[in-house]
Amino acid sequence: MAARKKIPLAFADAFSALETTLPGRSVPWLSRLRAESWDRYAALGLPTVRDESWKFTNLNSLRRAGIVPTPEGVPALDTVPLGAALSIDAHLAVLVNGVFRADLSSLPDAEAGLSVKGFAAVAEDDPDALEGSLGKIADRDALPMAALNTALAADGLVIHLRRGAEIEKPLHILSIGIAGETPVMFQPRVLVTAEENSSACILESHVGVGDGVYFSNAVTELDVAPRARVRHYKLQNEHPAAFHIAAAAVSLADGAAYESFVLQVGGRIARNEIQIHIGGEHAECTMNGAYLLRGKQHADSTTFVDHAVPNSTSREFYKGVIDDTARGVFQGKILVRKDAQKTDGQQLNKALLLSRGAEIDSKPELEIYADDVICSHGATAGELDNEALFYLRSRGIDEATARGLLIEAFVGEAVEQIGHAASQDAFQKVVDGWLRDGAQTRAKDGDSA
Amino acid sequence: MLEIRNLHATVDGKEIIKGLDLTIGAGEVHAIMGPNGTGKSTLSYVLAGRDGYEVTEGEILFQGENLLDLETDERACRGIFLAFQYPVEIPGVAGTTFLKTALNAVRKSRGEDDLDAMQFLKHVREKAKTLGVSDEMLRRPLNVGFSGGEKKRNEALQMAVLEPSFAILDETDSGLDIDALKVVADGVNAMRDPARSMLIITHYQRLLNYIEPDHVHVLVNGRIAKSGGKELAERLEEHGYAEFLDAEAA
Repeated sequence: MAARKKIPLAFADAFSALETTLPGRSVPWLSRLRAESWDRYAALGLPTVRDESWKFTNLNSLRRAGIVPTPEGVPALDTVPLGAALSIDAHLAVLVNGVFRADLSSLPDAEAGLSVKGFAAVAEDDPDALEGSLGKIADRDALPMAALNTALAADGLVIHLRRGAEIEKPLHILSIGIAGETPVMFQPRVLVTAEENSSACILESHVGVGDGVYFSNAVTELDVAPRARVRHYKLQNEHPAAFHIAAAAVSLADGAAYESFVLQVGGRIARNEIQIHIGGEHAECTMNGAYLLRGKQHADSTTFVDHAVPNSTSREFYKGVIDDTARGVFQGKILVRKDAQKTDGQQLNKALLLSRGAEIDSKPELEIYADDVICSHGATAGELDNEALFYLRSRGIDEATARGLLIEAFVGEAVEQIGHAASQDAFQKVVDGWLRDGAQTRAKDGDSA
Repeated sequence: MLEIRNLHATVDGKEIIKGLDLTIGAGEVHAIMGPNGTGKSTLSYVLAGRDGYEVTEGEILFQGENLLDLETDERACRGIFLAFQYPVEIPGVAGTTFLKTALNAVRKSRGEDDLDAMQFLKHVREKAKTLGVSDEMLRRPLNVGFSGGEKKRNEALQMAVLEPSFAILDETDSGLDIDALKVVADGVNAMRDPARSMLIITHYQRLLNYIEPDHVHVLVNGRIAKSGGKELAERLEEHGYAEFLDAEAA
């Protein structure tokens, strides 16, 4: 077998450039964790298509983007650009290039049981508070990009839900990327601890402003204690020139419930990876999502559920609409360990291809070691139904509108899974906007043809 | 209203319509009868402008305009309506959303303002009631899980709401029991108007007992083999299509 050609390590000088600037650098355990994480990243390297889990997502353009760890001339941001974000009445925590901006945020009163703090401030002032959670859930062997984040994360959020607190008003994390002429990278780190019997709805919007290239490498760790219920909804609507790689690592205890929805519409190359470890019986995990892609976009939705104990359920339903020469990737793996009897796991990905150049790569995977389980997975890919199109048009509905109705109906099946009504409305608005943009582009193409 | 001259049409390269002539005046109701596979449904799809139904020769004039130059939706906006033999189920699109979008598209082409939600419901409800289409049925995804009868009543409702000037009813009686047939036929008859023409496509004479045509044509092998009044339909009911098939073979 030929020796694998050695690829130079991407961002090789990042750790040495940033190490001494990171918050809590004098804290021994934290410095050690960062150094070990960097070593892990350096050993694994930026993933390539030879890595099984990355075979459909090629990061060569990220490798060649000329990203430097400490760029100069990054534009300042004084107002919150809400246009591309989810529109919802919620507490707001703003990150700009990964840095928490209290001045742009409106945080909840911690008295009610939901506390939100900047990661850097906690690392400086109360580092012990991080020791039990930082890097405890995200598996750095399986997630080299999460290891990179752990090594370099300069800021982010530390979110704590007090025991029994039921928080009605959602928390909206708005991550804004902004770059000047020099491409920039940042590593937002969000830690969520939900104590026993607490419940909350956490939303994320990832957006960009300006025209510069940026790379957001985000990690969220969620520790969901017994009988706590966390809704976690994310909009990835990054700038069209942006790179977005994110991992959400979730640990579920007895009777905990985690509901996720991820909508990917933005970015040049994006990957959202969810890793769920079910370590408690009767835990329920729901992972739904949609990806709407056009132009040359690439979006990867990768999920992994580890059923480690008996009597847990997981449900996963993703839908994608892919136009032009865009490419969608769906990888979903369900692992049922030997002891995880009575596991009920279901997974489905359905993609709608709107043009000949559009591509979907679906890789559903079941790995089952228990014998008394119900597990299923499926994947479909197809085009718009011509018969349905003809029927709509035969009633006077023009082609663009008819296509829009059918695409909206297709995506609607995913959006309507969102359990929180106000959030569902907010995501529906983003979907509607995406459809309108498409209809306008098509109308313009039609005029020039 | 509609003038078809020497129409030839192919599907998948196979000629199905082979020189068809037909003229339908304003306010007239014509029936086209014929055995299976003679091109009845092909004719309805050609009139509605379905992809894959290619006209190789001849012309179709609708109110003086060349119909073949128009897209499917443009034809519908000009007043052509096809009641489908097999109405299509469309998951995720609510019946009301569909009908409102269609009505406002047709209204726009007539230079009329959009109806808002209230005006639309007012316009639809009364017609829906007559045809036994409930609000619940309207809200459901279009035709999804509807029985054969419900689908055909829904087609009749769309026709009543869109008020076309030329309606094609393709095998409307198929899949209908006698009660449902009466409801649909009553709905169609209520729309007969000096300014509205209809083309009824049917294999059996039964439907014509409920919707009486002014003219009956027998379609055999892609051509009109015989035209007459409604007595022609009765003759077919008694003797079948054999005499026309024999004549064609000879």
